Amino acid sequence: MTAWITGCLILLLKLGIVLVGLLLLAAYLVLAERKLLARLQIRLGPNRAGPLGLMQPLADAVKLLTKEDLAPAKADRLIFLLAPAVVAATALLIFAVVPFGQDWVIGGRRIPLVVADLNVGLLYALALSSIGVYGVALGGWSSNSKYALLGGIRGAAQMISYELSLGLALVPVVMLAGSFSLVEIVAAQSRYPFLLVQPLSFLIFFVSAVAETKRIPFDLPEAENELVAGYHTEYSGMRFGLFFLGEYVTMVVMGSLVAVFFLGGWRGPWLPPLVWFFLKVLGVVFFMIWMRGTLPRLRYDQLMHLGWKLLVPLALLNIVVTGAVLLLLRA
Amino acid sequence: MQIIFFILAGVALVTGGLVVFQRHPLRSALWLIVNFFAVAGIYLLAHAEFIAAIQVIVYAGAIMVLFLFVIMLLNLREPEAEAKFMHLGQKVGGIILAVFTVLLLIYGVMQVVLPPGKAAPPGLGNTESIARLLFTDYLLPFEVTSVLLLVAIVGAVVLAKSKLK
Repeated sequence: MTAWITGCLILLLKLGIVLVGLLLLAAYLVLAERKLLARLQIRLGPNRAGPLGLMQPLADAVKLLTKEDLAPAKADRLIFLLAPAVVAATALLIFAVVPFGQDWVIGGRRIPLVVADLNVGLLYALALSSIGVYGVALGGWSSNSKYALLGGIRGAAQMISYELSLGLALVPVVMLAGSFSLVEIVAAQSRYPFLLVQPLSFLIFFVSAVAETKRIPFDLPEAENELVAGYHTEYSGMRFGLFFLGEYVTMVVMGSLVAVFFLGGWRGPWLPPLVWFFLKVLGVVFFMIWMRGTLPRLRYDQLMHLGWKLLVPLALLNIVVTGAVLLLLRA
Repeated sequence: MQIIFFILAGVALVTGGLVVFQRHPLRSALWLIVNFFAVAGIYLLAHAEFIAAIQVIVYAGAIMVLFLFVIMLLNLREPEAEAKFMHLGQKVGGIILAVFTVLLLIYGVMQVVLPPGKAAPPGLGNTESIARLLFTDYLLPFEVTSVLLLVAIVGAVVLAKSKLK
């Protein structure tokens, strides 16, 4: 009985730490992005709230929470109120299968540094990322505004297109690791990270991941100079904040998925595993911010062209080649 | 376990009913998504993790997004007006067909002989065992299905492109 209770306590503690850590990381990522973008554009960025502007996320949170929660008069109220939660919740839930460190042994008890090691972990992550589309599409539709509707439709079309290459890019990884479990995939990279043998997969996955987070150059669903703010035009206060939070949590989650699938997860020499994991995630996220500071937005037809005519066929070809090479090597 | 099953089955039945009785097409679609999740939960209880994940990815994640996409594009905001006049033949025919379908379903369910024992052994619904079955015992149906899907894709492309030139 006591073993069961301590197990429960450890799980709850782990959940709490992961949740708070993820939210804090997302909040400070907003600040980091604003600072970095400012430097890329030869500005200073936020520097008024606290030393170096470090209190900015706190100030933003207070502002968002105390703002009035508005819903347009002709909106589909229930769906309008629920949509932001879908985006934020699905993004947070994906992290449950991400292993972020080596197992700890405390007092003879083994504590794996992953919330849940599912044997279909990879499929779970893909499933949740495909559910996240609903938040965008329904938020846009229910606002009863033409800009929001256009943003929602664009979001749905874009995310459903890039999900395909996102999933297909992972097939070679599964073939190499022989498992859908993220813990097993990290374990399979004990000798070398999959980036070295699957550079094409890595590229396809990374581009699709950026498209899934709806960031520049793939930010057509919000395209502020065409659609005001796209699917979240009509949102205010913390509901807008949830969309925003969802986007940054998705960034962290996609960064950690890239780290787990291609960069060897928490593995690395000299430094402790947890530090390696953070470094890799932050590296990927930094690259995403850098892209935002560098690239222009794609046109809609270019977006669809890239997804369907380039990434998907390349990913399929990569699967065939990987399969053939594996067959040759093992024969 | 059994309590969870009955809760999920209840959710599946109620939401299935709600899909049919909603006036608004978008609401119907949303209830259908909830229904898919309940069914995925039942698969999980039967140790079929792979099927559960695929259920969510394919049905809830892809097919229903397309449904929503179409509903949003057509902007079916107002529920369709109820038909003022309904043919007597329509009513009678509908009732007869419904009763016949229910009888057929009952007959079909009665035919099923449930194997003795409890739940499926763990590992049955796993990815490896499904893959092994698909590529050995059920290779032909599997390949025929993929050809069928290819035919559907080609058909869709032909339909979509026939207007060009």
